[in-house]
Amino acid sequence: MRTEPVLQVQALAKRYGGKTAVDGLDLVAHAGVTAVLGPNGAGKTTTLETCEGYRKPDSGTVRVLGLDPVRQSRALRPRIGVMLQSGGVYSGARADEMLRHVAKLHAHPLDVDALIERLGLGACGRTGYRRLSGGQQQRLALAMAVVGRPELVFLDEPSAGLDPQARRATWDLVRDLRTDGVSVILTTHSMDEAEQLADDVAIIDAGRVIAHGTPEELCRGGAENTLRFTGRPGLDVASLLKALPADCTAAELTPGAYRVAGKVDPQLLATVTSWCAQHGVMPDRISVERHTLEDVFLELTGKELRA
Amino acid sequence: MTTAGTYTPEPGAAPLPRMIAAQAALETRMLLRNGEQLLLTVVIPALLLVLFSSVDIVDTGAGAAVDFLAPGILALAVMSTAFTGQAIATGFERRYGVLKRLASSPLPRWGLMTAKTLSVLVTEVLQILLLTAIAFALGWSPKGSPAAVVLLLLLGTAAFSGLGLLMAGTLKAEATLAAANLVFLLLLVGGGVIVPLEKFPPAVQDVLGLLPVSALSGGLRDVLQHGAGLPWGDLGVLAGWALLGLGLAGAFFRWE
Repeated sequence: MRTEPVLQVQALAKRYGGKTAVDGLDLVAHAGVTAVLGPNGAGKTTTLETCEGYRKPDSGTVRVLGLDPVRQSRALRPRIGVMLQSGGVYSGARADEMLRHVAKLHAHPLDVDALIERLGLGACGRTGYRRLSGGQQQRLALAMAVVGRPELVFLDEPSAGLDPQARRATWDLVRDLRTDGVSVILTTHSMDEAEQLADDVAIIDAGRVIAHGTPEELCRGGAENTLRFTGRPGLDVASLLKALPADCTAAELTPGAYRVAGKVDPQLLATVTSWCAQHGVMPDRISVERHTLEDVFLELTGKELRA
Repeated sequence: MTTAGTYTPEPGAAPLPRMIAAQAALETRMLLRNGEQLLLTVVIPALLLVLFSSVDIVDTGAGAAVDFLAPGILALAVMSTAFTGQAIATGFERRYGVLKRLASSPLPRWGLMTAKTLSVLVTEVLQILLLTAIAFALGWSPKGSPAAVVLLLLLGTAAFSGLGLLMAGTLKAEATLAAANLVFLLLLVGGGVIVPLEKFPPAVQDVLGLLPVSALSGGLRDVLQHGAGLPWGDLGVLAGWALLGLGLAGAFFRWE
């Protein structure tokens, strides 16, 4: 494990004309997979492109692998891999041609054929880039980001618009990169993707990081979790409430459907089931609802993530 | 499926000459694969050379028509590749994010520009070989010093490249496509390529004579048709355009 963070962003601000895209953003990412999660227009791409050296910060500092992405770009560029949100390939190029070209710009590239096979692009062969499907173009862009054997890979919405199979291929590759010690910074507006892939999630909205932590930390923090079960209608909720810790609530939402809200831990679950046992109740369909990142985001901003 | 350690980082840029050579080879392949570009760079100049040399449409003055036309067609070939072709290709590379993607690769920007220039020069060599072969078949008898010709062609390439890149780096790709073709057509007619400048009214002639293609075709004609030494006036005009075009392109070129 690297001790130095792979990415350090301090008080980053970036405006386009009168519009503020990034507004005092702080972010530290360590080795592993970091997901930058937020709705469209939150400043994800601007932040990423500043880290990639495409944009100069209006204020604040950015260090990638300890380097200034604008001033030390020559030293940085061979060490990072970049997947743009779209495009990046000559319109007249064949599917594999640009990938082979990017490989040639690096000293120790991956085996291009194996990579093509791995991402299920083998069938594209000599097809022109423009005739590839959106999903194939996405995977090609992903391949271009990793072919140079970088230390750190930036993926801007790597699975946007992919079918489930292609999405799985992308996720599997990200997991393999992580296993082999490549750090990944990816943007997404899919909490599912962030939960599946990321060691660390930074939620950003309106150009700022509003929450940062492991998916578990983020989901545990915020508001309470929920335990639901069904039983016969008309149970004595007041008696159940007495058995529960003080900060919990219990209610019969519809006849026979009960909800306990509070800090749901193994102890609480045991308390509820033993209360049920005492009262001769079989708690059917008992379920614990974990907070999703979607809920966390909604609580923090009052907005839907997919808006 | 994948062995552990396949992706273990081992970063590094390829040696610069290898990167530039790979980039130049790719750019040349893209250009030669593009049908419209080939029409512009090869088919049109070759057709014009054959047509106007064998059919007496334009009065080209004393001597064989091909001796007048060949230098003009060489100038046209340089313009078609360094200006029109490069402007259109670069405009669409900018539009499709190719320039952006390459900007985060280990290839430095100046390396990319060097590769583009190499690709233009390789294409020009191929064009010139083909067109001189056709001209010789039509009975062309060139005079003058090859060194002066090479100097003119290089300065012309620099002037047209600067203007082409200025256009590609500041206009939208579609606007570049339209404008580059229009300029090609206008300069073909009004730049002394196949129509002698003497056919225009004297006042217009003076202005047209300052166009880069007029300077290039005029200079090449002085050397190849009349056996002159270094045509300083034309070289000066081309150098001026090169400084202006490359300077403005350097200042205003937007990569995305």
